[in-house]
Amino acid sequence: MTATTGYGRALDLITRVRGVRGAMLVAGDDGLVVAEQLMEGIRGSAVAALAASLANRLRRAMDVAGVGGPMFWHLQGDQGALLVVPAASAMLVVAVTDADVNVGLVRLELLRAAEAVG
Amino acid sequence: MTARAVESWTLEPMNVFVHEAQVRLVLLMTPAGQVLAQSGFSRAVDVMSAAALGAAIMASTAEIAKQLRQPPFAALNHQGERHGIFLGGFTTGRGPVVALVVYDLDVSSLGLVQLFFEQFAEELRAASPKAPVPKQVLAADFERELTDSLNTLFGR
Repeated sequence: MTATTGYGRALDLITRVRGVRGAMLVAGDDGLVVAEQLMEGIRGSAVAALAASLANRLRRAMDVAGVGGPMFWHLQGDQGALLVVPAASAMLVVAVTDADVNVGLVRLELLRAAEAVG
Repeated sequence: MTARAVESWTLEPMNVFVHEAQVRLVLLMTPAGQVLAQSGFSRAVDVMSAAALGAAIMASTAEIAKQLRQPPFAALNHQGERHGIFLGGFTTGRGPVVALVVYDLDVSSLGLVQLFFEQFAEELRAASPKAPVPKQVLAADFERELTDSLNTLFGR
């Protein structure tokens, strides 16, 4: 697990939630990892690149639909979930979780982290 | 998107990479600038220029790394306003190969290119002939080989 100092605390609060396997800050434009705290076996760079690509497309789809920008997304899989909150600085705060995680709590921590990283 | 290869083993991995990373142009070449395959180029002159410039950049940065007593840089990225240019090298059974990749920033990203570039390199390694073909390059052959390559690449 690695995290750039300063961003580490924001990620700490997310990864402390039970069922969270990892959290990352991702540069939304580049799809590169800025900071991460991930369990072994999660390919951070791959999740970052694909999440950023998806975020870009979602943002465009929502723009076209005239419903504003995305504030939170939750992709539920049968073995886990991906939760993402875009931050104001074009960064994405990403959590990889177990399937039965408390989504409300993780969402709250993601929003706090997004606010902290600006 | 048109893709053509002088060396056919490069074609399938390149098509997969173009599709997955959603890149605009790909040029596969040797560090000397000999083109192995291209995707997305429409003019032979662009391929020749890109190959020459890409090979020169790789040579320059390899020399910088040497001066710094470091191993050669694995990849370089230049990000413009609308496009990114990614230049990376890796070794295959055929010998060292350089890939020049151009991507639109509103379609792809450096993260995506890096992610699928690793896979691309792996697939090329697996598909490549196991030993490089030793070949003496004579000045007299060079122009003919270049013309043959460009004819193959642009289906003339």
